[in-house]
Amino acid sequence: MDRRTFLKNSALIAGAAGSLPLFKFMPAHAAGNRETLIVVTGSGPNSMDIHREGTNRPSYAIAVNLYDRLLSYGTKTLDDGTVSYDYETLVPEVAESWDVADDKMSAVFHLRKTATFWDGKPITAHDVKWSFDRAVTVGGFPTVQMKAGSLEKPEQFEVIDEHTFKINFLRPSKLTLPDLAVPVPIIINSEVAKAHATDDDPWATDYLHRTPAGGGAYKLLRWDPGEQTVYERYDDWQNGEVPALKRVIIREVPSASTRRALIERGDTDISLDLPPKEAADLHASDKINVAGVPIENCVNALGLNVEMAPFDDKRVRQAIAYALPYEKIFDAAAYRRGRMMHGGQSFTPASADWPQPFPYDTDLDKARALLEEAGHGNGFEVPLSINLGLAQWTEPTALLIQESLGKIGIRTPIDKIPGANWRTQALVEKSLAMHLKNFGGWLNYPDYYFFWAYVKGHLFNSMNYSNPTIDTLVDETLHIPVDDPAYVPNIKQMIAIAFEDVPLIPLWQPNLDVAMQKNVQGYEYWFHRQLDCRPLKKV
Amino acid sequence: MSGLATIAKRLLEALPTLFGVILVTFMLTRALPGDPAVFYAGPAADAESIAQVRHAMGLDRSLPVQFASYVEGLAAGDWGVSLSTGRDVTEELSRRLPASLELTLLGLLIAIVVAIPLGVLAATRPNSWVDHICRIIVTTGVSMPVFFTGLLLVYVFYYLLGWAPAPLGRLDFMHIAPDRVTGLYLVDSLIAGDVEVFRASLAHIFLPALTLGIFALAPIARMTRAAMLDVLSSDYIRTARASGLATRTVLFTYALRNALLSVLTTLGMVFSFLLGANVLVEKVFSWPGIGSFAIDALVASDYAAVQGFVLAMALLFVTLNLTIDLLYAVIDPRIRAAS
Repeated sequence: MDRRTFLKNSALIAGAAGSLPLFKFMPAHAAGNRETLIVVTGSGPNSMDIHREGTNRPSYAIAVNLYDRLLSYGTKTLDDGTVSYDYETLVPEVAESWDVADDKMSAVFHLRKTATFWDGKPITAHDVKWSFDRAVTVGGFPTVQMKAGSLEKPEQFEVIDEHTFKINFLRPSKLTLPDLAVPVPIIINSEVAKAHATDDDPWATDYLHRTPAGGGAYKLLRWDPGEQTVYERYDDWQNGEVPALKRVIIREVPSASTRRALIERGDTDISLDLPPKEAADLHASDKINVAGVPIENCVNALGLNVEMAPFDDKRVRQAIAYALPYEKIFDAAAYRRGRMMHGGQSFTPASADWPQPFPYDTDLDKARALLEEAGHGNGFEVPLSINLGLAQWTEPTALLIQESLGKIGIRTPIDKIPGANWRTQALVEKSLAMHLKNFGGWLNYPDYYFFWAYVKGHLFNSMNYSNPTIDTLVDETLHIPVDDPAYVPNIKQMIAIAFEDVPLIPLWQPNLDVAMQKNVQGYEYWFHRQLDCRPLKKV
Repeated sequence: MSGLATIAKRLLEALPTLFGVILVTFMLTRALPGDPAVFYAGPAADAESIAQVRHAMGLDRSLPVQFASYVEGLAAGDWGVSLSTGRDVTEELSRRLPASLELTLLGLLIAIVVAIPLGVLAATRPNSWVDHICRIIVTTGVSMPVFFTGLLLVYVFYYLLGWAPAPLGRLDFMHIAPDRVTGLYLVDSLIAGDVEVFRASLAHIFLPALTLGIFALAPIARMTRAAMLDVLSSDYIRTARASGLATRTVLFTYALRNALLSVLTTLGMVFSFLLGANVLVEKVFSWPGIGSFAIDALVASDYAAVQGFVLAMALLFVTLNLTIDLLYAVIDPRIRAAS
């Protein structure tokens, strides 16, 4: 079978899954045991080591549940009662306390004296240093993520004594401490790792890829790649409240309709990776709890490549922003799971929140007038590229956009690009004229988003957008604290430019939807979008 | 020529084919658009980290060098490492191939058990109601896309009726996989004498195998019918009948055995397209088979895994063709006489 037939068939599967009338509900008898949680997910981890190249997104859950970091984030309760992590508060994990120096150029972390790894060895500052050295040295994603927090060189990390660890900052930055609480800077049992290191592989990547060596709240009981991952509680965990669940079984179920049937039949406690349609139906059914939280710092958007005519003309970009069928897209592609990102009141942003609704709405007359003014009154033809890996939302969205733009004379044949090519064409070569994209930053600061998506040459700026004012603003704002007087005005100015220039037209902010049985409690939304099993319980 | 010598000769003849397969797959994977280094560098990679990954993967070397090191590895039994799973391709294949084979073989068995009698029945009563029913059944089976049959069976037998176990792969949480001998759970559980695991495996494999079986009914039933019709109108059958042989003897000893020759050829083809159709069934039933592994590898430009998959398939088909040719000799004495 070739790639094309496969993709066609998967689209058919998705279609068939959507049209199956799964309306019968059965009482939840899932997973009889209260100490065992059963989770079904679309795809599983491909590595136990988040520092390895090619580690996929589901593997971040391993870093979250099996390893500890120095710090973690606090939690807050959202308006709808869902609990979310709180990016404004940092709480202890391995470090029970920390002090930032008066000159803001270093921080000292005091580690818990009694905490041990799974094998009973105490967690020391040497382990922290070895792990951080590894993250900034191995290259690839972990190194880039550490760099976002200005953590770049092993020399920055200092062992003061067994239980005291110091980080010397390259610059004072508001991103440094939060970056210690993301999944990447995990603390590895360095003695176990070093015992398996070789001259060719000084960081024991081969060993840690298959065998985790940490001290997190859960230990790995079983890992059958492509089938299941099983965690077992580490009863002596000291770096937080010991989890209520003794065992967590995560099964990989590729078909979304099967995942839905399983939760409706009560054969699973939690169902992840739900397409918006399934989430909306389950939410409406009332038999299952669906926690839906708009993913922070993330939008599904239409990108216009400003280096390709006619998108070099701001009026053309604005015309398109006025010609998109926002409401229809939010209905048919998002099933209203998420937040709308159109219909803002003014071109002057009222707040420094990001993302926030852009001041555009569907107004074809305005769109036609702008096109006329730009000299494209007769329209033009441009391909609309979509990522087949995200076909769930890109396909219906593209069709609606195609129909609507057709009304103002813009013809948009749809160009479907498979996953691996997408990264190359959209992000690296930046060769797509009009494309549907999705980007979310882990660190929830607008300037962090702008850094990745609006600065020329940066990976997620697939629009090739370049604006010296934005560059300066991002430079000035990225590291300053949020209570700095320049912070809010700078952010507002960036957002105002994004409104005016619209290289990126936000469509909506997508939800992270998680379906669970009524007896599952303690779910928390996290920016890394993985299931943190530690606070969960079954009643 | 003795049987062993035939086999050896055939295997020798397969070598150039295999080399061709290796070369073509290697070139094709490289010709795919999409850059694995970019893909594996992860979600926030910059140019520098992409270059690092490319170097680590050896993709910064020239194609002939890459090919030479690949062939060298193969000769030493090293099929390379799958990038997306980080494990040896041989390890991945040996874990997943039995799951696919078990499913395909059982699907084929179900199809044979239903289709051959159906075909014989239809051939002995052409254009009667039996023939029409047979035609309707097989047409429906082949017209419904595999994943649709799969979803439908899940919906009815798991979701509505609750008869089938949850479509969670080869076994549920309650059972532990039997010790590996063949990798086929049905066989291994019997070897281990564990009846409960055997029953659980059978319950889990039944719906996916049935899905495949329904799909494979048509070609086998139609081919059996056509071959039987052909044979039944031949001279030797008329002679047999005229000699007063019992209908059973005529039908099964003389007619069916001869008709089976063309059915056997069809079976080889059916087996190969069932392996292909596997992918969709695997997705619906969360079956940890080789098809979904290959597709994921293809989408992710995982070169070693794609090459390994194609090579494994090539080996499988060489073996399959050989087996079928040997079976011909068993069924058809003329071939034995000729050689």
